[in-house]
Amino acid sequence: MPRKSDVAAKIEDVGIEIDGDVSDSEDDTSRRRGNRRPAAGRGGARGRGKKPADEDDEDEEEEEAPRTRRGANKKKASKSRDIDDESEDDAPKRRRGGAANKKKGGKAQDSEEDSEEEKGNKRNKKGAAGKKGKEEETKDNKKKGDAKGKGKGKEKEDEKDKKKKKKKESSSDTDSNADSEEESMSEGEMERLKEEVEEKKKVIAIMRNKPWRMKRRLVYLKECQEFVDKFEGALGKGKGRKFYAYKVMMMKKWIKFQRDFENFKTTCIPWERKIKEVESHFGSSVASYFIFLRWMYGMNMVLFGLTFGLVVIPEVLMGLPYGSIPRKTVPRAEQPTAQDYSVLMDFNGYCKYSVLFYGYYNNQRTIGLLKFRLPLSYLMVGVGTFGYSLMVVIRTMAKNADVGGGDGDDGEFTFAWKMFTSWDYLIGNAETADNKYASITTSFKESIVDEQENQKDENIHLRRFLRVLANFMIICCLGGSGYLIFFVVKRSQEFANRNDLSWYEKNELELIMSLLGLVCPPLFETIAELEEYHPRIALKWQLGRIFALFLGNLYTFLFALFDEVNNKLDEEVSIRNASIWALKEYYANFTLHNNDTDVTPPPMDPSDVIRGPCWETAVGIEFVKLTVSDIQVTYLTILIGDFARAVIVRFLNYCWCWDLEATYPSYGEFDISGNVLGLVFNQGMIWMGAFYAPGLVGINVLRLLSSMYYQCWAVMATNVPHERVFKASKSNNFYMGLLLLILFLSLLPVVYTIMTLPPSFDCGPFSGKAKMFDVIMETIDLDLPAFLGTLMGYAANPGLIIPAVLLMVLAIYYLNSVSEAYQHANAELKKKMQMARDEEKNRRNNTESTDQVMKDLEDLLPNRSLLPPAPPPETGADNKADQGGKSTKVRPGTAGKDVNLQKDVSLSSPNPNTRGAALTDDLKSALRSDLKDVVLALLMTPDQFDAHQLRQATKV
Amino acid sequence: MGTTASQLGKDLLSEYQELTFLTKQEILLAHKRFSECLSKEDKNLPTPRVPMEKVLSLPELKSNPFRKRICHVFSTSDMKDGSLTFEDFLDLLSAFSDSATLEIKSHYAFRIFDFDDDGTLDSGDLEKLVNCLTGETDDTRLTPEEMRQLISNILEESDIDKDGTVNLSEFQHVISRSPDFVSSFKRLFCEVYK
Repeated sequence: MPRKSDVAAKIEDVGIEIDGDVSDSEDDTSRRRGNRRPAAGRGGARGRGKKPADEDDEDEEEEEAPRTRRGANKKKASKSRDIDDESEDDAPKRRRGGAANKKKGGKAQDSEEDSEEEKGNKRNKKGAAGKKGKEEETKDNKKKGDAKGKGKGKEKEDEKDKKKKKKKESSSDTDSNADSEEESMSEGEMERLKEEVEEKKKVIAIMRNKPWRMKRRLVYLKECQEFVDKFEGALGKGKGRKFYAYKVMMMKKWIKFQRDFENFKTTCIPWERKIKEVESHFGSSVASYFIFLRWMYGMNMVLFGLTFGLVVIPEVLMGLPYGSIPRKTVPRAEQPTAQDYSVLMDFNGYCKYSVLFYGYYNNQRTIGLLKFRLPLSYLMVGVGTFGYSLMVVIRTMAKNADVGGGDGDDGEFTFAWKMFTSWDYLIGNAETADNKYASITTSFKESIVDEQENQKDENIHLRRFLRVLANFMIICCLGGSGYLIFFVVKRSQEFANRNDLSWYEKNELELIMSLLGLVCPPLFETIAELEEYHPRIALKWQLGRIFALFLGNLYTFLFALFDEVNNKLDEEVSIRNASIWALKEYYANFTLHNNDTDVTPPPMDPSDVIRGPCWETAVGIEFVKLTVSDIQVTYLTILIGDFARAVIVRFLNYCWCWDLEATYPSYGEFDISGNVLGLVFNQGMIWMGAFYAPGLVGINVLRLLSSMYYQCWAVMATNVPHERVFKASKSNNFYMGLLLLILFLSLLPVVYTIMTLPPSFDCGPFSGKAKMFDVIMETIDLDLPAFLGTLMGYAANPGLIIPAVLLMVLAIYYLNSVSEAYQHANAELKKKMQMARDEEKNRRNNTESTDQVMKDLEDLLPNRSLLPPAPPPETGADNKADQGGKSTKVRPGTAGKDVNLQKDVSLSSPNPNTRGAALTDDLKSALRSDLKDVVLALLMTPDQFDAHQLRQATKV
Repeated sequence: MGTTASQLGKDLLSEYQELTFLTKQEILLAHKRFSECLSKEDKNLPTPRVPMEKVLSLPELKSNPFRKRICHVFSTSDMKDGSLTFEDFLDLLSAFSDSATLEIKSHYAFRIFDFDDDGTLDSGDLEKLVNCLTGETDDTRLTPEEMRQLISNILEESDIDKDGTVNLSEFQHVISRSPDFVSSFKRLFCEVYK
């Protein structure tokens, strides 16, 4: 007998036990099944009632769906389950009660349970005793089911057994009690509960997206959380239960951790408050510069970490100390002046022979106990710097493009956007707000004027002419500055051979470049006034032009540098011979003086060895000097151009003959374009110079750090908001684009030098090799297993490289064409959407009209005796408006025939005796039966109405 | 700072975090800010309210043309006086925070722009809106002719069902296409100190 064994084995498994019963009494199950449906319905109703009454429709739908699913589950599981109809109704409640019981603890319940068991049936309806009640109900059911069947006595025995056992259990300890309760939950129920819990969790997760009042959200959240807390632990069964509980707990911990981490992350974002402050005073465009600065700082911190962690610090810790070998020693000729301030400021003397520059590093393959491969690491860090920067820039660009995602270019909503989105809610400064008012008004007026007279011919010609003129002038300026730099570079090459140079002549190149950088941008700005672009577009033009100027300067500088490098390379050959000769001579002299060939001579004093020019260090020094002078110029410009100006304007205003603050010169505006470009070019300098001067990255980090505080202070203290405040929502990617371009342009010379120029013979980590990248070959040969070396050899074979390049080109082509296809599809979809929208508009007008008229009729007819109906002219006017098509009050959009019919209705209504009395009567009588049909019949053409009726018929 | 943390309570704080787009620090800062605005006798009430005038005088709202509307929209006061409880204040901050979704931002923007609280933006609302945007002074105001033109243009663009008003779904449709609505409709003003 399965029943018996079941009972004996486990009381908790009521479900299985009942299975046996069910097979015994078929009619019982069928009854149960029949009852289940209404029960499910009731359950749904109750669930709805449980929720806050004012819930959104949406939510109800959300809740409804799982409920019905659950209903289905129930049906499926009905055989394996034994839950009474009532118990299903208020299952959650019960479970809550059950959980409460659990908490109270088993021992306290003992007496209670006894009495409860006696009551038995009554408890059914109360449904407040949790699982145990359910079990009791089960038994009741069984009683009923088995009343006519066999084994009544047995059943009773079983029951008694159960009771005994239960008593034992409940008195034994709380845990087993809870266990039995939970495990008595059958599959389907568990599923249902699980779903409910999941659902509540989901609700909690999206709660913040609901525009409700906080109080309501709080109450609802508490309810949900309580529910989840109670039942989450009760899910799962058997051995899986503990695991489930553990999982849930970990989940909670994880979520909490995530939130804490999020909090932590926001605290870690530096200068957030500073930037917000600037934002509130100057609007988002100025703040975008500072955000860009902060981003740069982050990127440079990573570069700094790479360079210092993998190159500089290992060299300092494990490399040979200063003075041990010639490349790490100041030559004897320079030693007297090596500590002079002016020499150090030029990065000569001790600076030149320090860890900051390329030349200091030794070409030992491994250093220290760790056998750190410094030359390899040096090359890898140099390449990695570019790799990381490229990756970060491109990723940021992609992210920005993704955020901007909205199709902002279709001019559908120009006015609405101006209206609804033009206010910059970040503005918290009265002056900025005033400027913003003015600019919004201008933009409104402009767009109205544009709309009114779409083109002004003579104006456009004038404007075009002015724009061409402006561009011509700017190109002249650029050409002029290019020539000037070329001229200066040539002159400096002449100067290079002379020694009697004045300070000006020595620093001519840097001075001219800084001056050009100072003078040209304002000049461009003045010229750009001619063009009358929108400030956002004007900003881009301005940026592009200054970019061209700086780029020209930079590349002229680079070419000059390359000339110098080539000279040095020529020089090096002779010096190399000389130094070898000198060494030999030294040894020869030594043996000559001592007359003893056996004694190995002591090595030459490192400061006496003849050195090569070490062009890498020279290049590094040039870049460091350029960077430092750039920092000085920038800071001085801010100090003089902004701060001193502000002080003068502020304090001289008391005793001046005109108003300095309001008229000329007034306070400075923050120059976004100049600052951004300065930053971008500075970064380009760092990228180019970092390979030859690892210390440059550190200098740059310091610069960015100080510049953040300094510029924040300067902008808050001395600048005034822009006259035309505009938002900089899309400039960010533009900056990034400039940065990418500069990155690429600075990559070129560095890669060129690494790949083609031979490294100096006596300085730097690659000395003694034909090419810098030989260090990789060396590592492959010496450190990696042989087969890898051959593999690499194959990989470097042009036979493999050419197909690989071809493949890449093909991939690019393929991706490009795919993206084009997507773009095409996008455009098509947009067109379709537009069409759908138009259609929608038309259709809505039509349905609106029918509904409207129907409503009118509805309102009108019952009260006709009391109130005068809508006057017919209105309908006529509406129709007219409809034909005109562009009124805001378009109502009936029907054909002429319908209009006539409609008129009939409205005309007949005032005096039924004279006109269309029969029609009105018909209408009246019909209204009682089926208003809608009649009205539809009136409004539609006969064909339309037929079609409508057909449709209705098929629907039913 | 420590007192504010203890005043709020850990559970409440985490619930607030769950329900808003704010981080813990921001909520604490907001609470500090809020308690600063309260007068002494108010502090003892169970749910203290900051009167509208106090809120309007916050430096971050001082120059916002919609400040009164913002107070009214977020206030739960029965007297319609625009006073804010702390929870209202958090609602306000959450809607204006960086990470709030477009949906919630547009919902509140709509309610802010709906000056007569009738659930649609009609031409009266739009006129008031334009006046708010163009400022108080006469030289920046639009002429009646320009105003009429502007409003009819806006309705033509965004009033899809042609009922003469812009309702919420139309508004959200227009706003969701705008590239810079989300970036402009924010203001974390517990971050800014005077």
